[in-house]
Amino acid sequence: METAIFLLFAALALGSALMVVTHKSPVYATMSLVVTLFSLAVMFVLLGAPFIGALQVLVYAGAIVVLFLFVLMLLNISKEEHQHEGQTVHRWVALLGAGAFVGLVVPLIYRATQLRNAGVLTEEFVSIRGFARDLFTRYLLQFEIVGLLLLVAVVAATVVARKPPPAPSGVPGADSPVSPSLEIEP
Amino acid sequence: MSLPTSVPVSWFLVLAALLFAIGIAGALTRRNGIGIFLSIELMLNAVNVALVGYSRLLGERTGQIMVLFVMAVAAAEAAVGLGLFIAVYRQRRTIDVNRLNLMRW
Repeated sequence: METAIFLLFAALALGSALMVVTHKSPVYATMSLVVTLFSLAVMFVLLGAPFIGALQVLVYAGAIVVLFLFVLMLLNISKEEHQHEGQTVHRWVALLGAGAFVGLVVPLIYRATQLRNAGVLTEEFVSIRGFARDLFTRYLLQFEIVGLLLLVAVVAATVVARKPPPAPSGVPGADSPVSPSLEIEP
Repeated sequence: MSLPTSVPVSWFLVLAALLFAIGIAGALTRRNGIGIFLSIELMLNAVNVALVGYSRLLGERTGQIMVLFVMAVAAAEAAVGLGLFIAVYRQRRTIDVNRLNLMRW
């Protein structure tokens, strides 16, 4: 039963991941990423981490992907712009790199995991209580640092993306932007 | 509540490696800035699967907590990166990375 679920959702994840990297339209690629993230949430549940699976759905599919879609709608980029010369060589090199990575890593992982079998899942391992105890005792400092990082990211994102203030006229070197505001093209 | 473990953990690790490879190929071939970001998210998720897989294999919860941190860093990266793309788009009217070569040479 678990094997069937694993195979189904692994195929779904790989197929939609291929859609993410090959589809011309960025909106469709983002929606395929949602499918990949949901399949990976199933993988987390199969691995005995239901809390991580829930976080995957809430944080990734719910917040990060919506942010991507929001920016895509704001920038109004419908299609990937026309391909440049030398693109096929580029593509083959990328495929070669990815293939080399798989060829190197997969046998290594396989050999390494032959050594040891995963134990039986215990309720203590699956429970959120144990997760929270570890997070707020052993990893409390790291947790606080991550909170600080998120605060810095929020401030940085607002500063970077905000509309530039009107430059005082006559200042040398203050090249005015092409258009001061981001208007949505029809 | 003890779930049977019929799926070997190595399968999950192989899945993670394949997803990571797809993400590499995407990050190298896509010319749209948002497409590159999507590929990077894919690679981060592949790493998350590997972390949870090893956490399951070793019976140790540290991997899951690292996944939590990876998610937070991914959220921060997405917020700052997309803000940068908005700023770049305002100036150049494109986010095609082949045409954004101001800092290249």
